[in-house]
Amino acid sequence: MQLIQILWDRRDFFLTCLLEHIRISLTAVVCAGILGILIGVFISRHKKAAGAALGVINVIYTVPSISLLGFLIPFTGIGDKTAIIALTVYGLLPIVRNTYTGLANVDAGILEVAEGLGADRRQILFGIRFPLALPVIISGFRNMVVMIIAMGGIASFIGAGGLGAAIYRGITTYNMSLTAAGSVLIALLALLSDWLLSLVEKAVNRRYGIEQSN
Amino acid sequence: MNKVIEIRDCSAAYGENKVLDRVSLVVEKGEFVVMIGPSGCGKTTLLKMMNGLVVPSEGEVAVNGERLEECNLSAMRRRIGYAVQGARLFPHMTVEDNICYVPGLEKKMLPEEKKMLTEKMMELVQLPGELKRRFPRQLSGGQKQRVGIARAMAANPDILLMDEPFGAVDEITRRGLQEELSALQKKTGITIVFITHDIGEAFRLGSRILVMKEGGIWQEGTKEELQRNPRDEFVKRLLGG
Repeated sequence: MQLIQILWDRRDFFLTCLLEHIRISLTAVVCAGILGILIGVFISRHKKAAGAALGVINVIYTVPSISLLGFLIPFTGIGDKTAIIALTVYGLLPIVRNTYTGLANVDAGILEVAEGLGADRRQILFGIRFPLALPVIISGFRNMVVMIIAMGGIASFIGAGGLGAAIYRGITTYNMSLTAAGSVLIALLALLSDWLLSLVEKAVNRRYGIEQSN
Repeated sequence: MNKVIEIRDCSAAYGENKVLDRVSLVVEKGEFVVMIGPSGCGKTTLLKMMNGLVVPSEGEVAVNGERLEECNLSAMRRRIGYAVQGARLFPHMTVEDNICYVPGLEKKMLPEEKKMLTEKMMELVQLPGELKRRFPRQLSGGQKQRVGIARAMAANPDILLMDEPFGAVDEITRRGLQEELSALQKKTGITIVFITHDIGEAFRLGSRILVMKEGGIWQEGTKEELQRNPRDEFVKRLLGG
């Protein structure tokens, strides 16, 4: 009850935070999505680079998020920009890994038939390989989106906006319901995005005639 | 004499393992050549040399008088049909999109063009037209195989390479497919190179049969020639069983 009360009383504040959160997350999602898919495609073509690239991304992933933000401050200062960079870097792992795995696991026999029928490299990548990897890539994308939204909560620790501001303010002023309200909104936003993307996933699978797995 | 495919002294190896040893073969226009032999004899490798999927370590391959290493391989392959065991249709495409795949590689096709081509090809391989919106997983084994053949022939190639195309279908369906392929070949005059491990299939289809063994052509001839004069016990056993 208290939670609903505080959400209602300070609805303008929460709405601003929510929109900020969406803006920051969305920017990071777009950056990580584009970058991640490009890296994934690249390393699926250059198998030697794959181990190294995935290794580096894995290592970055193990750096605590709060210290990554700290490392970035000397270079990019405080504020939204730094937060977006940090979120993008974190978001890379699931999307790069899934793009790579998806592309690498396409049935080699089918690729060979496409080649034998006269498709060139570009036609095989965009016409066969990418669409067949798409379900795996989309599931990586879903992971990435949920992660970025959840992680977006810490962005306010370096002065960026978003629902983290509510959490942060709640912590520093011993206002538990403020912190709880911020957290709940982040969770709801993440769940909602995941659900919307699951609809996209289903539509894509239907378009490509793939059996629904869940 | 019209040499469509020429293999000159070609060898191929996977690592240390030599699978073809200085093979030469000429296929003439309108022939129906069937290759038969035990697994590992190099028949698939030889077939894949004909569309450049395998590059010989020595020797050279020419198709329609053009050396494969010198021509635009993708463009050349579009003029050579290719069908394999289990069809290997593109699972994310409908029957129509599978059939129109090769012509679509050359240029963007209009919906009416696709519709016309699909109808024509489906009639050719005797598939009911209402299947064209289906995806491969919604087809039976025999239907997939027919779509695979339609896909291989849609760009009107003058050569068709087939690697055990009927290997994954039941006996009754296979007989039907064999008869249709035979009729199709007589009707279109297309040159076919066909792999099988079923001697009955080889006898029914081939105008010339190549018996392969240990990376080479062990014996070749028509059904009658092979039966009259088998080179050795190996050929005799192959023909018998």
